[in-house]
This record gives sequence, structure tokens and C-alpha cells, in this order.
Amino acid sequence: MYLLSIDWWILLEKAILSLAVVSISLVVAMYATWAERKVAAVMQDRLGPTRAGPFGLFQPLADGLKLFMKEEIIPTISSKFLFVMGPGISMITALMTSAVIPWGRHINIAGRDVPLQIADINIGILYIFGVVSLGVYGIMIGGWASNNKFSLIAAIRGASQMISYELAMGLALIALLMMTGSLRLSIIVEQQSQGLFNWNFIYQPLGFLIFFICALAECNRTPFDLPEAENELNFGYHQEYSSMKLGFYLFAEYINMFISGVVMSTLFFGGYDIPFVNEAAWGIHWWVGLIGFAVLMAKATFFILLFMWIRWTIPRFRYDQLMNLGWKGMIPLALVNMILTAVVILWLKK
Amino acid sequence: MQTLTNRARLVDRRPMSLVEKLYLWNILKGMMITLRHVFKKKATISYPEQKRTFSSVFRGLQILNRDEEGRERCTACGLCAVACPAEAITMEAAERLPGEEHLYKEEKYAVKYEINMLRCIFCGLCEEACPKDAIYLSQTFAPANYNRKGFIYKKEDLLIPHPKENPEAFARAVGERANKLIVKG
Repeated sequence: MYLLSIDWWILLEKAILSLAVVSISLVVAMYATWAERKVAAVMQDRLGPTRAGPFGLFQPLADGLKLFMKEEIIPTISSKFLFVMGPGISMITALMTSAVIPWGRHINIAGRDVPLQIADINIGILYIFGVVSLGVYGIMIGGWASNNKFSLIAAIRGASQMISYELAMGLALIALLMMTGSLRLSIIVEQQSQGLFNWNFIYQPLGFLIFFICALAECNRTPFDLPEAENELNFGYHQEYSSMKLGFYLFAEYINMFISGVVMSTLFFGGYDIPFVNEAAWGIHWWVGLIGFAVLMAKATFFILLFMWIRWTIPRFRYDQLMNLGWKGMIPLALVNMILTAVVILWLKK
Repeated sequence: MQTLTNRARLVDRRPMSLVEKLYLWNILKGMMITLRHVFKKKATISYPEQKRTFSSVFRGLQILNRDEEGRERCTACGLCAVACPAEAITMEAAERLPGEEHLYKEEKYAVKYEINMLRCIFCGLCEEACPKDAIYLSQTFAPANYNRKGFIYKKEDLLIPHPKENPEAFARAVGERANKLIVKG
């Protein structure tokens, strides 16, 4: 009797949602590698991959198969467990962040209202920050366990860079939270649903800029890609890795990029809200939620393309320039933004 | 000071203005340049659908020539083997038998003629050394192969097609050289 009183449908919903979100993240990361090569190519006056399938669309499959088929090399080190855990931690934390993001409105299936969000916890955005901070461990453990001085230097640089820019990201977020009043992601999106001029980036342009730059630094993307500097540190923290462990590191970076794009769209660009359309007038159909999901994916794609566009424009920052920017540039700017927001809110309340 | 050409530009060493120090404006200008490149014509040539044309004096694979009646010109004199700086050519000579006048031009002919393409440097000295106009370098290049044996080209691989039996293949193989063919004795 006890078994009948459990709400099996919720378990099924959540299981299917989790599976769908993880698969979508992986597929998007795969085709982000294809997009990276194509975007890099057209910006450099050449064609990208064109032979593997039409427009080279099967190239990521070929790359994935290549990574599976390569030989697994584990250097003679003291801790094989840590060596294998490094990419594991990166991948797990990259995928875990997607659990609290509202992917769309409710879908109405068979009379039940299924929210397209795996876990609507009341500390939504703080959870994402916590998990992203754990991602630093993936890089540090991977670099240290490689038994290689270059990897160690790269891992240390990576960890220090990520920690510095997380601070500025958090401070930029505080100003946003002063306006929204809640950490819940679903509430943040709902507050922006009234139209284009309710989107948070109109109210917090400086905050959005700071958040964007810090997201670039968190994903180890150029111009902040010193940890994986291909020409300076011969490959950085993942140089000792082969086969699928390397694949995990590279994929975790692309998944992080995708999730950063989705988080930025959710916080500043209205999430699944379509700009000039009043969705409430559409009523309850099962496809209303899916259209919101498609809109969110379009916004995330725009951010991914923006990341790639910036990568192929700017040269890499030097380490001291990077740390200067983080501590002497971003943090004071974020503090000023916070103070300005507080002043404006108090002034408007009068 | 008098400059020779007017291409010299003065180096701009002014200190950065405030807008430039922020660097955001410069990044945006850079991004516009990158965006403009997206819409320019691409420089890639999709081989094998499109090919770049070689010049008419391109030194590619060797071809053993025939005269207008289809008889092999090569007399196995060995001048090309001696001239070759990489020692890539080897040959064996034989005497023409009474029934084979339509096959070979002179009484001595090459029964085995091999060029090792892995050694050949495509310099064209064999073409310059040949007194019978029997070998010249065409405009194809040696395709890839999986083992070393496949790179030793025998006489059958190098001979030009017969002009009487296979005129279109002969015309295609002669190609650009038709304008420059000098008939030697």
C-alpha cells in the first residue's frame, strides 16, 4: 500500500527531465565544437570542416569516436584515483548546474502541470555559484595529479583566475538581487515576462557587462584562457590526458559555456520570454512551454556565438594583466554598481 | 627629410585616451573587423572539385614518349640515369628482334625501365639530358600509396598512350606540350 501512495508520476517526470537536460547539454556541447570550428574558419577567410557529412555536421561524431578509440595513457604517478577524478569532477559540476534553470513554462500533459525545471530551490542562483566554484577543483586536481610542472603552473593560474572572477560575478549579482528580491530563478524569469523593457539588462547594463566578462573568465575562454594556453604552456592543465579523459575536460568547457549562456539569458535577458509577444493569451496547450524552451535555446546560442566571436578577435591576456583586471578593475566596478543601484532604489522609493 | 617613397607612416606614440584605456571600444572595433571577414569571399579551394592550374612548365610525373607512328623513342642509352642527381632511374637494354619494328624506333630499346618516385626530386635533368626526346615531365603529380613498392614506377606506368590506338588519351597526355614538341631525328 505504501508503494501506491508515492507519487510515481513526479519521479518519472523528474527522471525524464534530468535525462533530457543532460542529453541536450551534451549534444549542444558537441555541436558547439562544430560551431567553433566553423565560426573560426569564416572569420579567418576559410571554410571549416566540410567533408564529414553535409557542411561537416558529422565532424563532432568523428571527433568523439576518435577520442574513444585512442589509447588510455596514465603516467606513473602517485595517485591514479585523483588523475581520473579530475575530469570527472569537471564534467559532473558542469552538468549539475543545469538542474535549477527554468527551461520553459509549464507543459500541460494529461491534466498535470509539468514545470520544465528539475529543482526549483529557493537559493537557485546561489546553488549555481556553489557548483561552479567546485569546478575549480577539477582543474586543480587534474593539473596537480599530472606529475608535470607545466600542468601544475597552468592549474594554479587557472584556479587563481577562476577564484578572482567569481568574486566580481557575485558582487555584480548582488545589485541584481537587490532589484528582484529573490534568489529563485523561476521568480527572476517571471518578473521579466512583461515585455522587452522589463528585461534586467536594461536596468543593470553595467552589471550585465561585469557578469559577461566574468563568465568569459570562468569558462577559461580567450582572452582569459591562460590555463589552457596552447602555445605558452604546451596545452596547460590537460596536456597529460589522452582519449576520453581529455574529451571530458574539453566537453566540460563547452558545457560550461552553454550553461553560462543560459544563465545570462535567464538573469538578464528574460529567460524563456519572447520579447514582443503576450504568451498568456495563448492559453494552455502542450506546446506553449516548448516554444519558450526554443526561445531560451536561441538566446543561449547567441551568447555562445558571442563567446566564439570574442575568442577569435582578441589576443590572450598576460597573467598579471588578468589579475589586475579582476581585482583592480572588476571588483571596484561591481561595488560601484552595487552602490549606484542601492542609491537609485532608495531614491525611487521616496 | 626627403623620403624615397611616400609609404612611410609616422608611428602613433600618443598616450592612450580614456576611452582607449577602457579598451572596450577597441574590442568592439576589432569585433567589427572580424565580422566583416565573415562575409568576404573565402580563400579555400575545395580539392578535388576545384583544382589550381599549374603553370605550363610545371615539373610533375615523367612520361616516356612515342613518335607519331606509336613506336617507343627510348633507346636505353642511360643518359637520364647518369644525369639524375638522386639516382632514381634504372634500366635494362635489349636488341630489337626482326618482327618488332612497329614497337621500337631504333635497334636498341629499354626492356626494363624503372623510376623510383620516392627518390625522384622532379628536377627535370633527365628531360634535359635525353637526346631522343623520349622522356619529359608532365603536369600530374605522384599520388599517395601505402607501401614503398607502389612508388617504383615501371615502363608500363610511364609510357604515353599509343597515338593510333588511343588518340584521345594520347592527346590528353600530351596536353600543353603539343605546342613545344620538337621532332628530333
